[in-house]
Amino acid sequence: MWTPELSLALALAIPAIGGVFVALLGSRPNLREAATLIAAVLLAFNVAYLVEVAQGHPTLNLATLAPGLHLVFKLEPLGAIFAAVASGLWIVNSLYSIGYMRGNNEKNQTRFYVCFCIAIAGAMGVALSGNLLTMFLFYEVLTLSTYPLVTHKGDAKAKRGGAIYLSILLGTSIGLLLPAVIATHFLAGSTDFVAGGLLAINEITPAISSVLLVLFAFGIGKAALMPVHPWLPNAMVAPTPVSALLHAVAVVKAGVFAMLKVGTYIFGPGLIAITPAADALAWIAGISIVLASVVAMTKDDLKARLAFSTVSQLSYVTLGVMLGSPLAMLGGALQIVMHAWGKITLFMSAGAIYTATGKTEISQMDGLGRYMPWLFIAYTVGALSIIGLPPLGGSWPKFFLLQGAWDSGHGWLMVALIASSILNVAYLLPLSARGFFSPPAEAKLKKQPPMLVILPPVITAAGVIVLFFLIGPLRDYLAPVFLSSNLAAEAAL
Amino acid sequence: MQFLADFLPAGLAVHAPALIVVIPLIMAAVAALMPNGRLGWLVTLITAAIVALFALNLLGQVVESGVISYHLGGWAPPIGIEYRVDMLNIPLLLVVGIVGLLCVIYALPSVGDEIAENKQALFYSAFLVCFAGLLGVTITGDAFNVFVFLEISSIATYTIIAMGAGKDRRALTASYNYLVLGTIGATFFVIGVGFLYMATGTLNMADMAAILEETGHNRVTQAAFAFIVVGLGLKAAMFPLHVWLPNAYAFAPNFVTAFLASTATKVAFYALIRFLFSVFHPDVSFVSMSFTWLFAVVGTIAMVVASLQAVFQTDARRLLAYSSVAQVGYMMLGLGMGTAAGLSAGILHLMNHALMKGALFMALGAFALNFGVRRIKDLAGMSKTMPASAMAFTIAGLSLVGVPLTVGFTSKWYLVTAALERGWWWAVAALMLSSLLALAYVARLLSAIWMDAPPSHHGELSQRRLAPWMVLVPMSVLALANIYFFFHADPLVWLARAAADAVMGGN
Repeated sequence: MWTPELSLALALAIPAIGGVFVALLGSRPNLREAATLIAAVLLAFNVAYLVEVAQGHPTLNLATLAPGLHLVFKLEPLGAIFAAVASGLWIVNSLYSIGYMRGNNEKNQTRFYVCFCIAIAGAMGVALSGNLLTMFLFYEVLTLSTYPLVTHKGDAKAKRGGAIYLSILLGTSIGLLLPAVIATHFLAGSTDFVAGGLLAINEITPAISSVLLVLFAFGIGKAALMPVHPWLPNAMVAPTPVSALLHAVAVVKAGVFAMLKVGTYIFGPGLIAITPAADALAWIAGISIVLASVVAMTKDDLKARLAFSTVSQLSYVTLGVMLGSPLAMLGGALQIVMHAWGKITLFMSAGAIYTATGKTEISQMDGLGRYMPWLFIAYTVGALSIIGLPPLGGSWPKFFLLQGAWDSGHGWLMVALIASSILNVAYLLPLSARGFFSPPAEAKLKKQPPMLVILPPVITAAGVIVLFFLIGPLRDYLAPVFLSSNLAAEAAL
Repeated sequence: MQFLADFLPAGLAVHAPALIVVIPLIMAAVAALMPNGRLGWLVTLITAAIVALFALNLLGQVVESGVISYHLGGWAPPIGIEYRVDMLNIPLLLVVGIVGLLCVIYALPSVGDEIAENKQALFYSAFLVCFAGLLGVTITGDAFNVFVFLEISSIATYTIIAMGAGKDRRALTASYNYLVLGTIGATFFVIGVGFLYMATGTLNMADMAAILEETGHNRVTQAAFAFIVVGLGLKAAMFPLHVWLPNAYAFAPNFVTAFLASTATKVAFYALIRFLFSVFHPDVSFVSMSFTWLFAVVGTIAMVVASLQAVFQTDARRLLAYSSVAQVGYMMLGLGMGTAAGLSAGILHLMNHALMKGALFMALGAFALNFGVRRIKDLAGMSKTMPASAMAFTIAGLSLVGVPLTVGFTSKWYLVTAALERGWWWAVAALMLSSLLALAYVARLLSAIWMDAPPSHHGELSQRRLAPWMVLVPMSVLALANIYFFFHADPLVWLARAAADAVMGGN
């Protein structure tokens, strides 16, 4: 009975049905939260099964829109890993949401949890999509369903942030990504994700592939490549659980994941390596990495600083794709996983500090580590992982990316990667230092933070350490995607 | 399809092409005699239902047994008047018939609110005349008959637009403007037909085409072409001949706007296609030149400029009216590509646009019905006070932008594919730019509806007031159709493709 195809459908259906239950149970908060948690746990089990069967590439046709236009799910390792990260962190984040939303007496909580479920369904759709059309569809679902979450507070600032959020994400996706998708369909006759690259087996000129690659790179606005990044800092007006799961994991990772999929299955490493625009885009990614880190240093608001840090870290993945070497792409894929765990830890810490003290500025957080030692330890572990120190998970993607940059003859970009790590130290660690070593100013805890906002970041921080040691299986799981696609491309040429 | 062809008794089915026009005309007289508005509406509803059934039946007949040529009064063409149904006018008959029926259901509460009781029966009568005129233009195979029906529908349209004066006196000037421009358009058109008659000695379109092919073209037929394009372009609100449209849509009764926006300009657009492809031939040099240098260019400008104008409107209906001008631009661009893919994309958008704009104007009408609102800022908080209508409005609005899960996306997909096939990258860029502008103006409406707080009276927020079900049902049907036909794009794509093939030598 339990077939991979059924499981694919369930990955979409579980969060969707969960959302229905959340809506129905709106007047009874405890049952409502139980519905979210049950959906999250079921989804995680379902996705764990998918991870296991991903090598068999189960396929599910959702709908046929018109001749030649299909909505298809097709599982492959990259998508399975992305789905696993998103669904696994959804559990942790749901626990955290309960603590945060109740601790801060937020309004409209039912709408919040419903939209969250839909957003997760959208992320699953992106992860499992079997062609560009399906991916585009769920990409837009993700954009629209997160808009009410970003503007949750409903004040003028939230509306303004939401307007920028929506206009950039919809604008880039409709203005740039959609024509790229249609042009791909036109050139290749389909938009299927093909090992080795759909376009690689069609003869297209370097000019056209350059134009397409640029359209994809900036059209996937969720990847926040500069200069289409401003939506991300502006999305920080959202409640912290949204920033944590969506703007460190599901939404932004859907962006870079889409980039990775386009790079792997639409272009293929071989075609990217010979596309002239890829070099320029690699440089833009490199500049994004450094520039966003510099901007992050100027921000005193913790969430704003983390947002720019995310902009910077996302470009690592874009960089990995544009380098066109299998090793760099593997680094990009690992970055999706590792950065997610690290950054969600940092965001949840920021939210926990806010819940306990009402403070958002780093300069006002002196001495808080003495009151919340576990939280600050978790924060420090997450920060060190983002910086890329072993034995933390975040070190692996940097390692592979450096190697990939060197292999593909972009030695200069190694400078950007190293500079960024140093900048990371400069903007992430001061908070740890202030928290532990500065004398507490007037800062006292307004109230004891609920257990549910402290525990989740500690869990994810522990996860960061575990992931460092899981690199062997992860690499073995993901590497064939890039290696085989490389081989397939060579075979096709 | 066999079922659609057979569900009417054979005796009726044979005369369906004539009855679909004649019944609304006769019923117009009946409606005028009705003692009150409710009965007038009932007559109209029955008529619209009959027309919708006939349209479906004609679809079945054409699919089963090919082009129908109906000789009015038994006089064979080219002497007599021929009514001709093929795959090109079937989509139009379906749009006018089915969307018309939905609009008529919606009419009862809306018209009851906006038109004085003693004028309602006459209003319905005028509407039926307009309805019959649009169907006549669509179905006739005779060039002069096109003119006659165009005028029948136009004159009735001037009347029913002017009836908006009960709410806002500006409807009178809007209608008068339209009357002046519409008459100029009709005159141009009839001059063009006159020239063609001079050159060919016949009024039957198929006959004209055959003779023109034989004798070739000269200055007279070229002049005829120019006059006809301008005349029909005016009726179709082809940029820059659209100036009558924004005010007409903004001040007409809500029901009239919903109906006209989803049918009237489209029928004129159809007539244009018919003349370009069936009377003139797309291979003739000045015709094919007009595709690239007139329709594509004008369509592209409309897509961008009219969308830009829409962004800066303060009146919600004027905003959507400018958007309609822009959407006509999409269809013109599709036509201008001069390929089967382009034309079918244009026709697909024609049908999809009827679904979007019908739902949008109905929802605006519902807002106006309960709260008397017209300006965008007055839409504030409608998601709280009228959630169902706000939802329908949102779906159709997103469809207008071309967001996936709606038919707007399907339209864009086929238009862009057709442009790529033609190698027109600039058209792709223009389509995307226009979509972004659509996003901007739809976002203005949606942010007022969803983000702003409902107005308060003496400190109390406005109460939730559901629209009457006769508004909700047709509006929801249209809004859900926007989603349904995304997942089942096949029927509409097939219709559009068959329509393009019918005139571009597919058969």
